[in-house]
Amino acid sequence: MKVSKSILSKITNAMLLPVIGITVFLFLWSISAQSIHTSLGTFPGPNAVVKQFSSLYGEHVAEREKAEAFYQRQEKRNVAKQEKNPNYVGKIRAYTGKETFFDQILTSLFTVTCGFLVAAIIAIPLGIWMGLNKRLNSAINPIVQIFKPVSPLAWLPLVTMVVSALYVSDDPMVSKSFLTSLITVSLCSLWPMVINTSIGVSSIDSDLLNVSKVLRLPTLTHIKKIVIPASIPMIFTGMRLSFGVAWMVLIAAEMLAQNPGLGKFVWDEFQNGSSDSLARIMAAVIVIGFIGFLLDRAMLELQRKVSWDKSSASV
Amino acid sequence: MNWKKPITSSLKSLSLSIALVCAGTYIAHAETVGEPEKEELKFGFIKLTDMAPIAIAYENGYFEDEGLYVTIEAQANWKVLLNGVIDGTLDGAHMLAGQPIAATMGYGTKAHIITPFSMDLNGNAITVSNDIWKKMKPNIPKMADGRPVHPIKADSLKPVIESLASEGKPFKMGMVFPVSTHNYELRYWLAAGGIHPGYYAPHKGDNSGQIDAQALLSVTPPPQMPSTMEAGTIHGYCVGEPWNQQAVFKGIGVPVVTDYEIWKNNPEKVFGITAAFAEKYPNTTIRLTRALIRAAKWLDDNSNANRPAAVKILSQSNYVGADYDVIANSMTGTFEYEKGDKRAVPDFNVFFRYNATYPYYSDAIWYLTQMRRWGQISDDKSDQWYKDLAAKVYRPDIYAKAAQSLIDDKLIPANEFPDFTKENGFKAPQQHFIDDIVYDGNQPNAYLEKFKLGLKKGDKL
Repeated sequence: MKVSKSILSKITNAMLLPVIGITVFLFLWSISAQSIHTSLGTFPGPNAVVKQFSSLYGEHVAEREKAEAFYQRQEKRNVAKQEKNPNYVGKIRAYTGKETFFDQILTSLFTVTCGFLVAAIIAIPLGIWMGLNKRLNSAINPIVQIFKPVSPLAWLPLVTMVVSALYVSDDPMVSKSFLTSLITVSLCSLWPMVINTSIGVSSIDSDLLNVSKVLRLPTLTHIKKIVIPASIPMIFTGMRLSFGVAWMVLIAAEMLAQNPGLGKFVWDEFQNGSSDSLARIMAAVIVIGFIGFLLDRAMLELQRKVSWDKSSASV
Repeated sequence: MNWKKPITSSLKSLSLSIALVCAGTYIAHAETVGEPEKEELKFGFIKLTDMAPIAIAYENGYFEDEGLYVTIEAQANWKVLLNGVIDGTLDGAHMLAGQPIAATMGYGTKAHIITPFSMDLNGNAITVSNDIWKKMKPNIPKMADGRPVHPIKADSLKPVIESLASEGKPFKMGMVFPVSTHNYELRYWLAAGGIHPGYYAPHKGDNSGQIDAQALLSVTPPPQMPSTMEAGTIHGYCVGEPWNQQAVFKGIGVPVVTDYEIWKNNPEKVFGITAAFAEKYPNTTIRLTRALIRAAKWLDDNSNANRPAAVKILSQSNYVGADYDVIANSMTGTFEYEKGDKRAVPDFNVFFRYNATYPYYSDAIWYLTQMRRWGQISDDKSDQWYKDLAAKVYRPDIYAKAAQSLIDDKLIPANEFPDFTKENGFKAPQQHFIDDIVYDGNQPNAYLEKFKLGLKKGDKL
């Protein structure tokens, strides 16, 4: 009896309650949407958004067909040029048409991952160093505290100008817009990781430190065997926080700078002012939220895998 | 393995001679434009119907015909767009006519930008909020059927502003950029009705343009105009389409006058590239101009027969993106003033006829006169100075090369273009202004003396 009861309550918790929550939310959404009248028509309800998802998919398919035709035309043109001039080396250029909603999702995901990795590569070693060295910590901490609350919208103009000034090349490897998004994301997601890592490292159990002292471990081994494993839970907490920040920052940066990605999609639709715009923005909002949620979950799983302290990796 | 060498070298020389022969025959046929030096290009635009030549050149494959692979990207506002062209993120862009001129002059940003192609004539309007319209309407003469007589002059707005001022409320309007056509059109219309739009004083660091102003003009990006007016931040605005018709559709405002009525067939947007780009990639420059000329011609062919198709393209979310009906309202030869008051304005958007695409020096000089009139140019300049600056920015020489090659390729007949052997870049004195003042591009200083409002010779703020 007791066992079945606990299973039942588990099922309720895991399945039933979320379903109820979502249903109530959808209900409230569709009710309240009907009563909001904007100058672009009524606020889109769940139905309108679902319809937009399918039309966005349709556009994606149509665009792919156009891309196919583009490549065929290009090949034909290259062949014609080669006939005229045997020395001509045909070059295949990427499709120049518009990026669809799904392309924008991929662009955003790629940018956020790169920006986050850059931030992690800088932040984690710096955090460890700060945690180990009290003096360095007191020297750098004020800077971290001052830069931590700076909004991405403030960084963006600076980053844009600096990138345009320094990144000059006739045949650039990556586009400037990608670089500005990436650096802005890194600049904003750096700080939670630095802080958490340094706190994690500086609050390692003194027993562990004493063991290291007794064994006279060399510094690198000390870091590898004692410091990192002991502070992994805190480092991951910082990384999870940072990833959330990075995703939010990226969307804002894309909106403001018109860099390719979901943020640009939202801004373009806002500017279009068509009767579908609001539903499309709402569709994007849902996707942005959903991806943010999945990214967080992915980090959590990673933390569970690498951390010895399973209790630290709870939801 | 020495035997390989002579063969490869003779092969090389053979292929070289083939190439030379090919090149020779190539030149012998006609003076064709060479291969583009840069094939992958990125162009920026602002979501406005007058970006159409770029979209059409892409969609109809005119760019590809020139061997150009163009990516077209919407920009957030005119400032971002200009910076993009200057720093090379964009190779070229749909620009306000004043932008290349002001940038080359060094007002705002300093950069040498040129234009080989003027994008269109007309296409803007001035819209006021419903509230202002209600107060203006009694001052406007009516036709027999009760509809207001057009063009509506700013005289009817003046009492409204005065009554607002007596309540201590400022009258605010939006335009899209300090050196935009819209700023000058709005100022022209207001000043013609005796309303002072305010001076700029850049030498004192005052770039707000509100010195002595009875109407405070400020910058708002085009697509945000309707929502800014709806929010009550501004009482009206001057902007390109579809953002005036959007106000009618949304029921939030009334376009009172089109720029066609302020100055008949006034030059609007231009296509801007940096001088460095044109110098480094001369063939690319001519080729992109060719593509744009063909697109403009297509837009006007058979008295606007292609416009519905063009509207369909423009309504795609990656171009202008507004609803088909909103864009079609102005693009297909009509203009809806008050809701239901739809009138025929066949020349509201002109892309090719009347030599719309030819970059006339006199057009550039008109913009310069307005910059001087409202103080953006602080000091007096000689007539020669105006002409020199215009010649630095407007490049009919590139246009003529592109047009000539189109004529040679039998793509467009020669009679559709100005006679390049005689054309000197100055239009005959133009008369159709709302205040009946005649503009002669050859005499900018004399022109400035004709205005009641505005800086004149010797004036400095």
